[in-house]
Amino acid sequence: MIRIENVSKAYPTRKGWRKVLTDVSMEVRKGEKVGILGLNGSGKSTLIRLIGGAELPSNGTIHRGMKVSWPLAFNGGYQGSLTGLDNLKFVCRLYGADYGQCLPFVEEFSELGPYLDEEVKKYSTGMYARLAFALSMAVDFDCFLIDEILAVGDIRFQHRCLIELFEKRKDRSMIMVSHNEHLIREHADRGAVLVGGRLHHFEKISDAIAFHSEYISRAKTMLL
Amino acid sequence: MSGKMAEKEIFAMDQTSMWRALQINGRVIAALLMREIITRFGRHNFGVLWVFLDPMIFTVGVTILWNCFERHVPVKINITAFAYTGYSTVMLWRNAAMRCGKALEPNYALLFHRNVRVVDLLYSRVILEIAGATMSTLVIGVVLVATGLIEPPKDLLMMVSGWVLLMWFTFGLGMVVGALSERWDWFERIYHPAMYFYLPISGAFFLVDWFKNPIRGWVLWLPTVHVTEMIRHGYFGDSVHTYEDPGYLCLLCLITLFIGLLFVKETQYRIGHQ
Repeated sequence: MIRIENVSKAYPTRKGWRKVLTDVSMEVRKGEKVGILGLNGSGKSTLIRLIGGAELPSNGTIHRGMKVSWPLAFNGGYQGSLTGLDNLKFVCRLYGADYGQCLPFVEEFSELGPYLDEEVKKYSTGMYARLAFALSMAVDFDCFLIDEILAVGDIRFQHRCLIELFEKRKDRSMIMVSHNEHLIREHADRGAVLVGGRLHHFEKISDAIAFHSEYISRAKTMLL
Repeated sequence: MSGKMAEKEIFAMDQTSMWRALQINGRVIAALLMREIITRFGRHNFGVLWVFLDPMIFTVGVTILWNCFERHVPVKINITAFAYTGYSTVMLWRNAAMRCGKALEPNYALLFHRNVRVVDLLYSRVILEIAGATMSTLVIGVVLVATGLIEPPKDLLMMVSGWVLLMWFTFGLGMVVGALSERWDWFERIYHPAMYFYLPISGAFFLVDWFKNPIRGWVLWLPTVHVTEMIRHGYFGDSVHTYEDPGYLCLLCLITLFIGLLFVKETQYRIGHQ
């Protein structure tokens, strides 16, 4: 089980400290799939980074009772000056996985072919997403942290990701953050909404989505 | 799930044993080392050989240069041995400190992996430099002795002890430079000239015995002076008079490493968005 207790996070900026997350608490049990909705800047990625342990919370505690993946996102995790295969080797060494065993899956899933031997900084966003996803699937995690990465690829990529995540690994936990209501509705067991760094919990996904939609429409009116 | 059970589960999973933690840390540093070697030296040509060819070229070059100016040395001493025992120490602390400057920024992406910490990034860089400088020193030493250009050392253990203490000091120095160059951009601009100006008084180019007080007292404040004195005591034996104080050197190493780790800890907390 993952237990997040009263977590806050603030970052120093030129104009003083900026609080990004305020008093966030959450529990994720084994096998549970949690979807967190939020607009840009609501603190989604920060929360994912904290859960993944890439950063430490300013306040509060995070207990990781299972093997949690690194955040699957557009940035971070991979070295641009290394090739795709070098990154795989790095990840295998880091997590104690066997390179020889992981390679066939990564080759097959990423469909990068000869580009696996090229530097990651030359990749397009789609290629990057494919590699990133393949690498994290290659290591055996109990809980995957997914930060919007499903949104970049084409339909085919998304479909293949969904099979890997929700069919082949349906016993694993997952924390997805997104502004995509559809994705959360289809694949989460439980929903929450981040607004201005505060996490609102909902019993039912539909309630979370309704709350999010309402918030969006209010935000729109304020703009008009 | 009852509260008690949950507590138990958390307790069991969060208590990583010391041995397990060491294992993970070793794995992280090994992975970072391999990555560092690939990004720095690539797979082509000599590749990884550059780790020690680099400092070797410097030390050999300086040794040759000094041989050309032999008469400027105030006492009768084997100039090759003198240059070798001095300049190889410079290659260690200076290269490691240089490699730790601004070492974190290009590696931010790796901090996404929970087990990769700022301190691991710096450790892997220092370890690589230490390995390179040590190998190059070893190779040059063996070649010089084998070809009869210098005599075998009088007390190898003493030399090795001096070298080990220098490694210790280098770790601390690397941490300090790594953390401070991350904290302030201007630090990088300062420490380059600072290291350059420090070079003449670092101990590589003199024996403390050549100075009279009070200068002798002043240079004996410096950690690297004690290192070179110790290494030369080991090499030349009693034919030269040296002034090292291993206890004082250990104290300085300890303080430097402590301060370095403190700074690194602060950096770890402060690094936020990429």
